[in-house]
Amino acid sequence: MEMHDAKRIEIMIEQIMEKRLTDLLIENGVSGFSVLPVRGGSGRSGQWSRQGQISRAEGMSAVVCLIKPERLDVLLDVILPVLERHIGVVNITDAKILRAERF
Amino acid sequence: MDTILSLAAQNLLSPIILSFALGVAAALAKSDLNFPEAVAKGMSLYLLFAIGFKGGASIADHGVDGQLIASLVVGVMLSFLLPIIAFGLLRTITRLSVLDAAAVAAHYGSISIVTFVAGSSILEAQGIGFEGYMVAVAAAMEAPAIISALWLISVKGGGEARGMDAGLMREIMLNGSIVLLIGSFAIGWITGKEGLAEISPFITDPFKGVLCLFLLDMGLVAGRGLARAGGAVSGRAIVFGVVMPLIGASLGLASAWLLGLSVGGAALMMVLSASASYIAVPAAMRVALPEANPAIYLTLSLGVTFPFNLTLGIPLYVALASAVIGG
Repeated sequence: MEMHDAKRIEIMIEQIMEKRLTDLLIENGVSGFSVLPVRGGSGRSGQWSRQGQISRAEGMSAVVCLIKPERLDVLLDVILPVLERHIGVVNITDAKILRAERF
Repeated sequence: MDTILSLAAQNLLSPIILSFALGVAAALAKSDLNFPEAVAKGMSLYLLFAIGFKGGASIADHGVDGQLIASLVVGVMLSFLLPIIAFGLLRTITRLSVLDAAAVAAHYGSISIVTFVAGSSILEAQGIGFEGYMVAVAAAMEAPAIISALWLISVKGGGEARGMDAGLMREIMLNGSIVLLIGSFAIGWITGKEGLAEISPFITDPFKGVLCLFLLDMGLVAGRGLARAGGAVSGRAIVFGVVMPLIGASLGLASAWLLGLSVGGAALMMVLSASASYIAVPAAMRVALPEANPAIYLTLSLGVTFPFNLTLGIPLYVALASAVIGG
């Protein structure tokens, strides 16, 4: 089975900034991504949990997308301004995909 | 004085305040009592719809007058002014940075709709009438404080505000609570008494029971916020969280007196001026001032000022409005 190289970008982002990020992804041709709720975690500001939160100010989301490797640098340049002043983590991993024409 | 104290005691022992106290106590005792997120959200939607609809129906009944417009204008002015006072007070009595002080100040110019709902419910329980359009005043007071806070940052320095871009403005003005409150207010206004009579068994009779459960949940949220906050805020900041509502309430009372509002309307103007936002403004601050520490403004607005207003503040405001406006 033929497999193709891809980059998997996982962005943990403040819930309040999620739509700004996904809008940018769409504007820059990333039509496929997944948004996952984050139930809680721990970071530089200590532990937090989604439980009992009444404002969107504190929650986090995870946005995951797969792109062709050659598009990575351009995409990061575009999305970093949305992320740089906010709480969050961006991690990029090498991945293999089966149907390259979809990315 | 005896009347004021007995009124305050009566309010403190009402089911809604005691439900809130139960929530705080359960949270501090680390109980696993919890409301599913969807249930809490559903209750808040119900309460906003009910309070908006009843306010609109009241306007349909009494008509629109100059006092309504004047109350809206004064509400907006208070929302612009209160953050400036809060900022000055914070910079004087605490060591908060310009950025954190401005972010906290924005919360104190905006309003807590739950505190407003609790206040109006307590007034209804005591048979004290109020102007139905106070719901619209509440909605109008939500956003101006955010602009004041961003202005303070631009004048005093200390950080870079993202600014009120179109996206942020839309999120603030069209946030779900505002849309539902104004929308149900409009429906109540259009359909009037007849409309209210049609759905009264749904929005009037169960209202207090739902409010009790909702405040129980809010008590859990506030209690857990307090417990989690630990050393996030200083003792002086906590003093601010109690003193600022009293300053806001005083300005609210003076405004209500100048506007010629009823006792109930004055009490609600005090409640609005005294309350601090913990839904719309924190979200706006995360976008506009991401470097400001959310633990400070959320702890103060939700963990200090909200419980203070609900337990001691509202009874005090009702009593003072009765004494000053009611003669």
